[in-house]
Amino acid sequence: MDVLYFAWVRERIGAPKERVETNAATVMDLVNELRTREERYAAAFADLSALRVAVDQELSDFDAPLKDVREVAFFPPMTGG
Amino acid sequence: MDIRVQAEPFDLGAETNAFAARQSGMGAVVTFTGIVRDLDNDVLDVMEIEHYPGMTEKALEKIASQAHERWDIGDILIIHRHGSLRPDDLIMMVATSSRHRADAFQAAEFLMDFLKSRAPFWKKEKTNVSTDWVAAKSKDEDALKRW
Repeated sequence: MDVLYFAWVRERIGAPKERVETNAATVMDLVNELRTREERYAAAFADLSALRVAVDQELSDFDAPLKDVREVAFFPPMTGG
Repeated sequence: MDIRVQAEPFDLGAETNAFAARQSGMGAVVTFTGIVRDLDNDVLDVMEIEHYPGMTEKALEKIASQAHERWDIGDILIIHRHGSLRPDDLIMMVATSSRHRADAFQAAEFLMDFLKSRAPFWKKEKTNVSTDWVAAKSKDEDALKRW
């Protein structure tokens, strides 16, 4: 699936988007998998209360299932308007 | 419903006139415009607005649809810019129309409250001393509770 990062999450990880091959069942499983990869992921995902997640471009939760999902995005709380 | 996410500036007067002109049977048009304002202490050089192409449009359409369901609204216009903006630049606008003004006023406030914390935009401020992402305010989240 495609994993996208925005704002400071993108900066901390160092990429706006990447392809991730995973069997993670939920967003939380994916986060834990990414955390073990490299320090920059562990740093970006250190405090989940500071993060929001979208699954296939809909705001979602960390316990959301990932079956048949094409795109997951991580970002800080939004500041539009 | 007319929703535009764009890097280009927009003409507030022309957009408002065009919106008002295409209404029929509507007694009220309400508009809100967001403007890049300078900071209290530091000097703001640039405000960078990042967004999530694809999701942004969907999120704005969803918010506008909810406003349509909730109030007796004729039409909704949302324009939101992204990219590099400077102090006094227009960031975004919403316009709503209704037969009587209460619906247009309330729908415009609803749109703004949800647009601030449910549409995927992020602001970064570059000042004379630092560059920081703008933190979401708890009062913006609290503002959703009244709806």
